[in-house]
Amino acid sequence: MAAGVAAWLPFARAAAIGWMPVANLPMPVAPAEKNKRQDELIVLNVSGRRFQTWRNTLDRYPDTLLGSSEKEFFYNEDTKEYFFDRDPDVFRSVLNFYRTGKLHYPRYECISSYDEELAFFGIVPEIIGDCCYEEYKDRKRENAERLMDDQEDNKDAKLPNMTFRETMWRAFENPHTSTMALVFYYVTGFFIAVSVITNVVETVPCGSAPNQKEVPCGERYTVAFFCMDTACVMIFTVEYLMRLFAAPNRYRFMRSVMSIIDVVAILPYYIGLVMTDNEDVSGAFVTLRVFRVFRIFKFSRHSQGLRILGYTLKSCASELGFLLFSLTMAIIIFATVMFYAEKGSSSSKFTSIPASFWYTIVTMTTLGYGDMVPKTIAGKIFGSICSLSGVLVIALPVPVIVSNFSRIYHQNQRADKRRAQKKARLARIRLSKTGSSNAFLHSKRNGLFNEALELTVKEHRLRKSTSLIESQHHHLLHCLEKTTVSRNKHFNHEFVDEQYYQQSYLEAGLQNYPSRSPSLSSQEGMTGTCCTRRSKKHHSPLPNASAPAHMQPLTHTHPHKQGLQELSTIHIQPLSTSRSSLNMRIDEPAPLNCQSSQITTAVISIPTPPVTTPEGDAHLPAGPAHQNVVKVSAL
Amino acid sequence: MSTMNLEGLEMIAVLVVVVVFVKVLEQFGLLEAGYDDSVEDELELSAVRHRPEGLEQLEAQTRFSRKELQILYRGFKNECPSGVVNEETFKDIYAQFFPQGDASTYAHFLFNAFDNDHNGSVSFEDFVMGLSILLRGTVQEKLIWAFNLYDINKDGYITKEEMLDIMKAIYDMMGKCTYPVLKEETPRQHVEVFFQKMDKNKDGVVTIDEFIDCCQNDENIMRSMHLFENVL
Repeated sequence: MAAGVAAWLPFARAAAIGWMPVANLPMPVAPAEKNKRQDELIVLNVSGRRFQTWRNTLDRYPDTLLGSSEKEFFYNEDTKEYFFDRDPDVFRSVLNFYRTGKLHYPRYECISSYDEELAFFGIVPEIIGDCCYEEYKDRKRENAERLMDDQEDNKDAKLPNMTFRETMWRAFENPHTSTMALVFYYVTGFFIAVSVITNVVETVPCGSAPNQKEVPCGERYTVAFFCMDTACVMIFTVEYLMRLFAAPNRYRFMRSVMSIIDVVAILPYYIGLVMTDNEDVSGAFVTLRVFRVFRIFKFSRHSQGLRILGYTLKSCASELGFLLFSLTMAIIIFATVMFYAEKGSSSSKFTSIPASFWYTIVTMTTLGYGDMVPKTIAGKIFGSICSLSGVLVIALPVPVIVSNFSRIYHQNQRADKRRAQKKARLARIRLSKTGSSNAFLHSKRNGLFNEALELTVKEHRLRKSTSLIESQHHHLLHCLEKTTVSRNKHFNHEFVDEQYYQQSYLEAGLQNYPSRSPSLSSQEGMTGTCCTRRSKKHHSPLPNASAPAHMQPLTHTHPHKQGLQELSTIHIQPLSTSRSSLNMRIDEPAPLNCQSSQITTAVISIPTPPVTTPEGDAHLPAGPAHQNVVKVSAL
Repeated sequence: MSTMNLEGLEMIAVLVVVVVFVKVLEQFGLLEAGYDDSVEDELELSAVRHRPEGLEQLEAQTRFSRKELQILYRGFKNECPSGVVNEETFKDIYAQFFPQGDASTYAHFLFNAFDNDHNGSVSFEDFVMGLSILLRGTVQEKLIWAFNLYDINKDGYITKEEMLDIMKAIYDMMGKCTYPVLKEETPRQHVEVFFQKMDKNKDGVVTIDEFIDCCQNDENIMRSMHLFENVL
C-alpha cells in the first residue's frame, strides 16, 4: 500500500459500515488492538542531529528498519531516543520518504554511500521516485562500469598455479606481463607492417628495361614477393594456431572479431595456393588479393585507439543508420528532380535518375567534382537547394557520434589514469597501515629486549603507552604466533617484517628470478651448522649494514634484491643495524643468551611496504609473489 | 512539351525560393504571419484552498476528542494538501484498498454520501462529520447513514434499481478472481433477498422506517454495526 493511504485506513474501515445491512452472513471479528498507543512523537538522533516525527509516520512502512520493531535495538534508555550512528544528510532523504511516500536521490550524494544507507534502513532503491530515478540509475551504471574496469585490472594478476595454456593466453592478452609476450607482440606487429608494405609496394611500377613498358614491382620480382608473403602468412598462421590453442573457450574465440580478421587475412594466400592458374578463376584470384589488405586490421590488437574507434562506431550504430537513411531519401528526391529539370537541355549528362545519383551525392557532400553540372535555370536552383540541404543533413547526426566517441575515449583515459594511480594509492594505504603492525613488532622487540637484559627498571617510560585495544590486539597476535606450530616443532611462527619475509619467501623457491643465489640455504630456516638452537637465519636487508662480522657478501647484485645474504651461523645481532629504530628491520629480536626460541621466517607475514626502507626502494621484487601467500592483515 | 515541362518546373522552383524567403523573413519577425504569440499564460488557479473550521467548533460538532481530530487532520492534510478531496482522489484512495476489483463505483456512491453540501468536493468538515457518525454514532445514526448511502437520488426511498446499482458496485469491488466465480445474476439475486427482508409492505420500495425496523431486528446486522468502532 502506498504511503499515506495507510492514513485512510480508518476511513475505509468506517465506510465499510455501508455493506453491513446488505450482508447476509455474520462478519468476522475485528482484530483487537492490544496496548493501543496514542500517537506520540519519537526522537531519532542521527549522529547528533535530532529528527522528530510521529510514530505513525514511521509505521507506514512496516518492512523497513524504522517501521518495524528492529528500531528497538537502537533505543537508548537514558536519553529516551533512538540513536543511529549514520550520516544525517542521507537520513534526511530517508525520513522524507516516510513522510511523503516518495524517495528522492540527492544529486550531491555519492551513489555508494547512498546505497549503503538505504540498505541499512531496509529500503529498496527501486522505489525512488520518477523525478530522481533516472539520475540514480545513471550514476549507478557509471559506478558499476568503474568497478568493472578495476576488476579487469585485477585479472592481470598472475594466479599461482597456471597451466601452460593459461600462461600463454595471459601472455597473448597482456603483452606487458612477461618479456616473451612483449617480444611476441612486437614481432607480430612488425610482420603485419611488413606484409602491408609489401602489398603496397607490389603495385608500384619499378624501373624497367628500356624496351619494355613499365611493370609493377610485383611482376618483376615475383619470387621475392612470394617469399615475403609466404613468410608473413606463416607467422600469422602460427600465431593464430597458438591463440586458438591457448584460448580458454575455443568456440567463443573463433567467433570473436579479431580471430575472424586473422582468418580473413591469411585465407587468400591458401586459396591462391590451392587454385591453379586456371583462366576462369584467375579473376577471382585477383579479387582475393584485395582481402589481403585486411591484415591491417590486425593492428587493432596493438592499438587501443583503433579499438575505441571501432567500439564507438558500433555504439553509434543507430545514429549512423539514421544518417544513412535520411541521406538516401534526400538523394533519391533530388536526383529525381534534377533529372526532370535537366531533361530538356541538350547534351545533358543527366541521362537517367540513377545517373543523377552521382551528381546528388557529390553535391550534397559538397565535393563538387564538376563532371556533371546542371545547365537549366530550374536545374541550377534545385542544385543549390540540394547542396544546402546536404550540409544540414550531414551535420545533424555528427555531434551525437562525436559526443559518444568523446565519452568512451574519456572513459578509457580515466581507466588508464586510475590504473596508474592505483599502485601509488595502494602503496600509500599500506604505508598508513604499517603503523599498527610496526607497533606490534616494536613492542614485541622491546618486550623481549627488556626481558633479556633483565632490566629492573620498569620500562614503561620507554614503551609507548599502549591503549587497551592495542594491548589486546598484540595479545591476540601473540596467541596466533603461539598457535601456529611448524612442522619441525622446534619453533613456532612469528610475525616478521614484510621485507624480511619477502626475502625469505624468495629464497623459498620461487623461480622468478634466475639470479637467485644458489648458496642460500633453504626453507624454513633451519641452518645446518653449529648451534641448532642458536643459529638463526639472518637477513640483513642491506649489504652495507653495519656488518655483523660473520656475514658473507652478496652473491648476486640484482638491484631488487636487498641483499640476500647467505645463511650462516650467525648468532645474535640484537639491534645491530644502523637504522633508526623506527624503520627497524627485525634482525635479531632475540636476546643475547640464546635462550629464546629460534626465529624463522614465518609463513604469515604482515604486509608492510618496503617503502619504509630508507633507500626508499619501493619496488618489491616479488610483485607476483606478493599475492601468492596468505597474508594476515595487521588491522 | 519539353518546354512546357521546363516552364512548369521553373515556376515551381521560383515558388519554392519565394516560400523559403518568406519563412526566413518571418523568422526575423519582419513579417507578422498573423497570430501574435501572446506570451501571457493563463495561470488558472489550480488548487482550491480550503481551511477547516476551528478545532473547538469541530470538537463540538463531532464526537471526536481534540487529539483524535488532530490525528485525523494530519492524515487528511498529508494526503490532500489543498484541504479538500475531489472525487478522483477519493476513487484513487479507495482503489488502493481493493486492488483486485474496481472500487470506483462504490467510491462514487460513498463520495456522494460524504459530500453533504453536494458541492463536488469533500472538505475536512464533511469528512469528519461522516466519520463521527460512522465511528461514534448510535446504531440509529449509522443506519440512517447507510440508508442515505443506498438512496442514491436522496428521495427517501430505496428502489430496486438503486439497490441493484449499489449491489453491483459492491460486487465490482470483489473483482473477477473470486471463488466461487461470480455470476451475472448474483447481485440481482442478492437484491431480491434484501428486498424480501426489508420491504415489509411489498410496495417495491424501502422506506427509512422499514429499513431501520428491519435492521434492528436482525442480530447479525446489529452486531456488525459495532465492528469498526476501534478504528481510531
